[in-house]
Amino acid sequence: MSLTVENLSVAYRSRRGDITAVDSVSFRLADGEIMGLAGESGSGKSTIGNALIYMDPRMKLAGGKALLDGKELPLSDNDAMRKLRMTEVSLVPQYAMSALPPTRRIGKIIADLLKSHGIKDRDEVLSELLRRLELIGLKDEILRRYAFELSGGMRQRVTIIMSSLLNPSLLIADEVTSALDVSTQRAVGEMLIEFRDRGYIKSAIAITHDLSILAQIADSITIMYAGRLAEKASTAAITEAPLHPYTQALIASLPEVGVRHEDTTLTGIPGRPPSLVNPPSGCRFRERCPFAFEKCTETPPFAEIRPGHQVACWKVSQEHGGGARVTVPAGAIADSASTKGTGK
Amino acid sequence: MSLADTLQEPGAPVPGAPARPAAALRPRRNDFLYYGLRNKKLVFGLGLEILLVILAIIGPSISPHNTTDYFKLNASPTGANWLGTDFQGHDVFAQLVNGLRESYLVGALGAVSAAIVGMVLGFIAGWRGGILDEILQLLTNVIVMIPSLVLLVVVGAYLNTRSVLFEGVFIGLTTWPWVARAVRAQTFSLRSREFVDLARLSGKRPTSIVIRDIAPNMASYLFLVVILLFGSSMLLAASYDFLGLGPSGVVSLGGMMQNANLNSALFFKEWWWFFPPGLVLTAMVASLLVANVGLDEVFNPKLRES
Amino acid sequence: MRRFLSRKLITYLIAFVIGVTVDWGIPRLIPGDPVQAYLSQFRLQPAGYDALYKTMSEAFGTNGSAWDQYMHYWQSILTWNMGVSIGNFPARVTTLIGQALPYTLALLIPAIVLSYILGNRLGAAAARRKGLDNSVLPLGYVFQAMPYPWLALIIPYLLAVVWHVFPLSGGYSNSLLPTWSWTFIGSLLTHWFLPFLTVFLVSLGGWAIGMRNLVIYELENDSSRYLRALGARERVIRRYAYRNASLPQLSGLALQLGVVVGGNIVTEIAFQYPGLGKLLYTAIGNKDYFLLQGIFIFIIIGVLIANFVIDLVFISIDPRTRLSMQGAPA
Ligand SMILES: Nc1ncnc2c1ncn2[C@@H]1O[C@H](COP(=O)(O)OP(=O)(O)O)[C@@H](O)[C@H]1O
Ligand code: SF4
Ligand SMILES: [Mg+2]
Repeated sequence: MSLTVENLSVAYRSRRGDITAVDSVSFRLADGEIMGLAGESGSGKSTIGNALIYMDPRMKLAGGKALLDGKELPLSDNDAMRKLRMTEVSLVPQYAMSALPPTRRIGKIIADLLKSHGIKDRDEVLSELLRRLELIGLKDEILRRYAFELSGGMRQRVTIIMSSLLNPSLLIADEVTSALDVSTQRAVGEMLIEFRDRGYIKSAIAITHDLSILAQIADSITIMYAGRLAEKASTAAITEAPLHPYTQALIASLPEVGVRHEDTTLTGIPGRPPSLVNPPSGCRFRERCPFAFEKCTETPPFAEIRPGHQVACWKVSQEHGGGARVTVPAGAIADSASTKGTGK
Repeated sequence: MSLADTLQEPGAPVPGAPARPAAALRPRRNDFLYYGLRNKKLVFGLGLEILLVILAIIGPSISPHNTTDYFKLNASPTGANWLGTDFQGHDVFAQLVNGLRESYLVGALGAVSAAIVGMVLGFIAGWRGGILDEILQLLTNVIVMIPSLVLLVVVGAYLNTRSVLFEGVFIGLTTWPWVARAVRAQTFSLRSREFVDLARLSGKRPTSIVIRDIAPNMASYLFLVVILLFGSSMLLAASYDFLGLGPSGVVSLGGMMQNANLNSALFFKEWWWFFPPGLVLTAMVASLLVANVGLDEVFNPKLRES
Repeated sequence: MRRFLSRKLITYLIAFVIGVTVDWGIPRLIPGDPVQAYLSQFRLQPAGYDALYKTMSEAFGTNGSAWDQYMHYWQSILTWNMGVSIGNFPARVTTLIGQALPYTLALLIPAIVLSYILGNRLGAAAARRKGLDNSVLPLGYVFQAMPYPWLALIIPYLLAVVWHVFPLSGGYSNSLLPTWSWTFIGSLLTHWFLPFLTVFLVSLGGWAIGMRNLVIYELENDSSRYLRALGARERVIRRYAYRNASLPQLSGLALQLGVVVGGNIVTEIAFQYPGLGKLLYTAIGNKDYFLLQGIFIFIIIGVLIANFVIDLVFISIDPRTRLSMQGAPA
């Protein structure tokens, strides 16, 4: 297992108490897996991604843990995390368009990052950098440019190259395609696959509110709703046979596969996601769910309905018999420790 | 660097422009109140400012003397003349509270006229872009380059009497480009946001989009700019008054300092004559500035000390 | 690049034409005849009056049609012939300006540049250290809030009247004649110090606060977050924030240097410092409209040239300014 996330809860401090934006989330990422993480905006996708790499002062770990290649990530220890950033886990942020420092040339920024990580053999990294630039069709002249001289698509590509330069085990790519036009979207998506195939990154989480792009690049898709996971399965299972009522509504509201979908609010289902300040108990989709019944006032477990297919829904777990088991049992952590170091 | 200059830095992060959170996250009004009452800078700055405003309002009536009463010349402070008298035997305290009032008036006139001109032109340029924008930019660049004090000196040389209104509006007409630039940049970035697109798609007229959708989103930012302009207008007015270019026949803080300077108050060590007006003006502007930072922190959650 | 420069040039050209036209128009808009107003101060025989009137009108170009006068004015500007001062007749306007300019430049350029350097350092340090911030911030606001005239009274009051450390006013001691002797240079320096200090202190607060606020914003912005997310050391992130913040500060500096030739009238008047500001002010007192016109036009030209030079310097320092100067959303 490349990444194991166990009961991860992340909160934002606010004056009305802590807002638990990510509530007890558990999932696993196999070596080489590109997992899509989708959901309406505000559902907590970026919060998961940020929590795994850098918690800003207003975020706090409210519970749970994450293991990367079998080792626990010191999520709330900023100093310890600093050394792992970019080298073990890395991020292409949602704000990639404004992420590059404006007053230094790209090459200088990269050099400073290498220095921060105490990398001795900078020439080797540099020649690797040039190879990767060539691979995705950027001229090395770009290293002498300032961010504002680059187009949106170029900036996006440069951040991906930068973030993955030190071959992290996990790359979190937050909305990397959202700001781009359709053809560039495709190219950037393929870049992720290519980087994975060449072993630059071992696994990736591709966060987006746009399901159609995930259909093209992700191995598996995880659907989030109001701070919790609703469903995780292979891309084919999610797009062709979704089980969770929310996923079904999402897929149904896609106009056609391949067509860019701007806004994933559900036209077919009235209502909005509940507030995270005082979320209702039980299934969070209950208010909008056409199938809701009494049981749904209890929180449904994120249960493995079939191998590799997890759903958090009472209706689904009942229909699929009592065989459903809660994922990530205590023993899973021990398993994952034994797979440490593979593929790297 | 003068106060007005702090408004003009191109590319500077716009003070107080909150990173706009998603709709669900947009702070509620009572949040501002909550953080506002707990922000020491805001409470201190606003508190001091309010005291000074009260002094400006009731000062002239609680002052035991009028600005035109005569006493012993150049007297140091006593129980009767709290801040002494000037070279004509006028009471300094009476002048001070009247000058205070005049300063606020000019400051407000300057800030309001700059805000009106700047907002209208900035909105138009930012919204329409194109040739209108080019013209506005040209105009602001020209105005920014012409030293306004020099202009006032020259214009003033030909005007025999000037009013408070003239001074205030003159200040406004030479400082509006700072507002216009800021408003233009904000409109520029706001007009491409989704909620504006939505408004546009729903067939609203541009003016109603600007007023209903864009202006409220910039309100907090504009408010901060206007506060800064208010302070800088009062300071500019003091300089003009000090040079004798201020309103005729009106007691002003800058005018008091001018009289002191012209009548060798320094040489005769008559500190009570020129020290209080400047001190009060410093307090007026400094408390505005401090309140401004406080407000900035309230509007912009990123800056709050957590 | 070319577009940027041509645009700038057009702006300057328009500013220049507007400035010259306003400048030309002003003495002509006032009721009455400036030459007549001037001559009426003296008791002259009618014959002498007429002769003098004729000579002076010619000297000042106040005869002929408005259009002729306007053209004449342009001609005198382009040939750098501003005529003579009425108040200091027959001193040439250009000579008077030439005498005053060095004082203004020597006063303002060091004050602005030094306050810029020190203020930026203070501000950046305050953004880094909470303890320092607690004193820099309030002090900075107080300095920023002080009216120039007040500081220009308080400082000489303390340092010249009460403590006798520096002379009270003037450009040099009255008992000396301008020569390049050490005594004279010493006198120049001691007279220079207090007005310098006034301008320096007022500017200092603004720079420090500007820098502090900018650095704090920069430390929270997206690019700092990204550097943090990639594990950059905090020291590196600060260095970037400082650099980002320096850019708007630098264009603020440019704007200030650009208008330096306008002088700092308040300080020059308070200290009776013989710079351009004082010359301008005296010209008003003397109703010396031609000197006034000359100074105004000189200031406009000076401002435009300074701005243009600064633009060129900026482009070569950092290409990003090209965008921000064009007003593109950064
Ligand atoms: N800075 C913040 N302060 C308080 N709450 C926040 C903050 N950022 C995000 N949240 C909360 O976390 C939720 C999830 O945000 P985010 O992870 O950015 O969503 P997504 O990436 O899915 O669009 C939001 O709905 C909001 O309630
Ligand atoms: S648990 Fe109940 S409410 Fe929730 S999705 Fe399933 S059926 Fe609907
Ligand atoms: Mg997000």
